[in-house]
Parts: sequence; C-alpha cells; structure tokens
Amino acid sequence: MIDELLRPFEFEFFRNGLIVATMSGALCGAIGVYVVLKGMSYIGHGLSHAIFGGFAASSLLGINYLLGAGVWGVVSALMINGVTRRRIIGSDAAIGVITTASFALGLALFALFGTSGRSFDAALFGSILGVGLDDVVAIFVVSILAAALIFLRYRALLFTTFDPEVADVAGVNTARMDALLMVVLAGSILATMQVLGVTLIAAALVIPAAVARMLTNSFARMLQLSTGIGAVCGFAGMNLSYHLDVQSGPTIVLVAATLFAAVFVVTGATGRRRAAAIGAPAPIAARAD
Amino acid sequence: MTVPRPAGARQELIGLAGVTCGYASDAVLVDIDLAVHSGEFIGIVGPSGAGKTTALRVLAGSMHVAHGRVTRRPGLRMAYVPQVETINWSFPVTVRECVTMARVDGRRLPWASRAERAQVAAVLGQLDIGDLADRHIRELSGGQQQRVFIARALVGEPELLLMDEPTSGVDVRLRHEILHLLDDLHAGGLAIVLSTHDLNGIAAHLPRVVCLNRAVIGDGVPQDVLTPDVLERTYGASMEVLVHGGMPVVLDGFRRHPPHPHPHPHPHPHPDPHAEPHVHAEPHVHGEAHGRSEARR
Repeated sequence: MIDELLRPFEFEFFRNGLIVATMSGALCGAIGVYVVLKGMSYIGHGLSHAIFGGFAASSLLGINYLLGAGVWGVVSALMINGVTRRRIIGSDAAIGVITTASFALGLALFALFGTSGRSFDAALFGSILGVGLDDVVAIFVVSILAAALIFLRYRALLFTTFDPEVADVAGVNTARMDALLMVVLAGSILATMQVLGVTLIAAALVIPAAVARMLTNSFARMLQLSTGIGAVCGFAGMNLSYHLDVQSGPTIVLVAATLFAAVFVVTGATGRRRAAAIGAPAPIAARAD
Repeated sequence: MTVPRPAGARQELIGLAGVTCGYASDAVLVDIDLAVHSGEFIGIVGPSGAGKTTALRVLAGSMHVAHGRVTRRPGLRMAYVPQVETINWSFPVTVRECVTMARVDGRRLPWASRAERAQVAAVLGQLDIGDLADRHIRELSGGQQQRVFIARALVGEPELLLMDEPTSGVDVRLRHEILHLLDDLHAGGLAIVLSTHDLNGIAAHLPRVVCLNRAVIGDGVPQDVLTPDVLERTYGASMEVLVHGGMPVVLDGFRRHPPHPHPHPHPHPHPDPHAEPHVHAEPHVHGEAHGRSEARR
C-alpha cells in the first residue's frame, strides 16, 4: 500500500507536478482571500479566461507561453482594474466583454491554426504531464512576489480591501494596491494554469478562502488557514489525480469542494452564517449628501 | 453672522475656496468657501442630498473638485470615520486588527511592534473597549462599534478628525456617549468636523455650525446660524427656533391644515387646529440648559 502511494514520486514529472500543485494551491489560497473579500471572484474567473487568449496567441506565434500569456494577462488585469475603479460603464459587463472575447479569441486561434506547443486540454483543465521545469520556476517566482506583496504591504492591502475610501484618506495608495493585487492575481493564474486549467482556477481561488472564512473571524488567521488549505488540497488532489488517472485540475477542485462541504457541515450554524456573508455585496457607498 | 475664529495662534488646516464638485455631470456642491482651523469643532448640517458627505470627502481629499481651490497644510494628518451603514460588518476582522490596520506609516511587517501594540491598547483603553480587542466587529453593540472606528482613526494620531453622521440611527444614551467622547477628544486639542442631521442633539451644542444645501447657507456660532431664515433656506421648510437656556432649540414648523370652513364632510374629521410645532429632533441639552424659552420667528 505504502509502496503504491510512493511509486509516483519516482517520476520527475510527478515530483514537478506535485511541487507546482502544492504551491499553486497555497498561492491561490492566499490571493483568494483578497479576491473573495473584495468581491472579485468574477474577476478572477474572467481573468483566467482572458489569459487563455494570450496562451493561444503565444502558442501560435511560437513564443514562450509564460511570456506571451503573461503580458496578455497583466494587460487584461490592468484593463479590468481600470474599468472596475473608474466605474465609467458597468464593470460586470465590461469584464464580461474583455475576458470572454479574449477566451473566444483563444478558442478561435486554436481552431484555425491548431497548436504547436502546449496542449489545448491541459490549458483548459490542467494536466500533470505538461509540467516542466519552467513551470516550477514560474510558480516559485510568482509565489515569492505574492508573498513579498502580502508580507510587506499587509496592512495597506488589508485596509484597502476592507475600507478603501478611509484607507485613501489615511495615506494608502489604494489605486496602486489594487493594481499590484491584479498583477499578482494575473501572475498566479498564469503560473497555476498548467496544473489547474483556466476553467478551474476560480475554484482554487475561492474555495480555500471560503473554507477558511467559515473557521475564523480573524483576517490574519483566515489568510494563514486559506494558504494552508490550498496547499493541502493541491498536494492531495495531485496524488489522487495520479492514482485515479483523472486530470489534475478537476481532482484538486473536487478535493477542495469536499473539504468545503465537510467544514460547512461540521461548523454548523456559525459556519453557515459566515459562509452566507462570503461574496455578499459590499455595503452601499456613503450617500452623496 | 459670526464665524468663530479659534483663540490663540491657530492655523488653517484646510481651506476650500470657490469649490464646485459632484458626481458625473451633477454638481453636488457649488462655489463652496470653508476653512477649518486647528482645534475647531464644526458641525455640518443640512437635508438629505445637501452635499454633507461630499463636503467631508472634499475635505478628506478623496474627491476631486471641478472648480475652485483646496489648500491643506503640508503634512496634515487626517482621519475619516465613515457612516456605520457603509461598513462591511461581515468582513473577518477583529477589533485589534481593525485598529492596527490604520498604522500604515513606517513599519511594514504584518505583525505589530511592541510600541504599536502598546499604542493600540492605550487607544482602546481610552475609549473603554480595551477588553474587546479580540472580538469580531460584528459582535459589539452600536456604541462599541462606533468607538472601534474612532479608535482606528485616532491610532494614526490625526490633527483633524472627519466624521460622517456619527450619531445616525443611535438612541439618546448612545448619542450622549459619543458626544461626550468627542468633547473629550476636542478638549485634548483634536480638530473635529462632523456631519449630522441632528440639529438639537448635536449641532446646537457645537462651537461652530455650517448649514449646507449645495452651497454654504450659514456659517457661525449656533445662536447666529440656527435661525428660522437660515434654516428655511437650508431645509426648504419653515422652522421655529426657541432659545432655551441660551441655546437654540429648533422646532419643525409643520402644522396641520385648519378645519375646512364648509359644512361638507372632511376626509379628516378631527384636525387639531392648535397642533404644537414638532421638535425637529430630540431635544438634547448638553450641559446646563435651564431657563425660560423664547420663540424666534
């Protein structure tokens, strides 16, 4: 039994995949806290789809997908951030247009020209087989950047997430905080795309944070718990993926969803009350009177 | 109309000169002149939609102005306490986290230094919520919640505190609590500007009142500003003002229509022709207020 469980560790591709999956889980768990509390789950979902367009274009042009999709993702993230902050037009509609158009472009490019590099299915649903050393390096780099942002701008990020108007008055550059968060979110999606797939990344962002929220009322503890839960789900999901011979993305998400259901039941009314508030619309901004 | 100037060598913290601003193409404030000096305690009053919150946002610097000039003393430390209705009470944050997050200058590490912990504890203790530090913000009473956000403002050691409707929707006892707290803070040298609907409960007891309705209608000591004429121009409704113990008490001038002289049945058969004017807000006497009342119309 033990031998059977340890057998995949003999393969380099699995070890790489496990490192990337575990770190992806932790990274998405940490960033997901801000995504969920800022009510940005839809943005995370849309951004992952937008990056798919960059993935397809870079695949078609034969350039490194981390570079091509990375630039595409950061530009999309900053566009979405600009639309959301300025509120010139309905942000939901604008995000929907930007991200789904980008996703549709990716699909069309694949249909017209095929792919010369990365697997189409792997990009959509995640695959352990495609994980290479560049993916390991990418997840390390993005994780370090995300950790640096969270660590060195902890209070400013928390203040901006909780109460942006007051944070602004207190001297926090909330526009820069939002932009940095979006860039790190784009980087996280890019670095985790190979293992999780663009269609499933949103779940990796939302579920660990939601589970953590049911367990605590403290922001610091929620951040720690969500990061740990994400890492555990990534690790367990990747192992299950190998043994069940199911794609890594769906397996990791199903492990996380099972944990969510278990915590939802175990925490009872308290957990349900806290879960009900997740993603609740922010209070109406102060009246303009 | 007298605009009280604080005694001593007090300096201008913020000045608005001919400021016009709004949302999209709608001007909410038009040609506003307003100066805030160190050590002042100012109440901005006006009807809903008058631009009180917008004025606070302009003072806070969180809103761009279309025309006019805003000057702030360089290095001015400000803090803003928003309306409690705008707070996301479901956000996972304890009282200690809520207060500590405002310490954004200097130290960047997530955890507080010993000095910061001591400062936060001192502020929480000053506001009598020291034993609630590990509670979630939703698990507090209304007064405690208001104190948490005042504590968050104070931990940044501001010179000017801006508060949007600090007593909105609170009962008389809680309003007294908040007023006494603000009095103490003001006595300690903090300049305060607050917006309020509560003419008698708060505004009449502040050293300076600004009546606002898209423009500044009146600005000065309550005795000069809370007059029927200024109030009618501010609220668009007639009001009566009694002087009680030397302090103005604003009464709603609303009266029911007198009985119809014709004999046919009236839909409201028993109107009271001698209905007393309604007190506009709960009369609250902050300190001594004994003496004869004198109507000003």
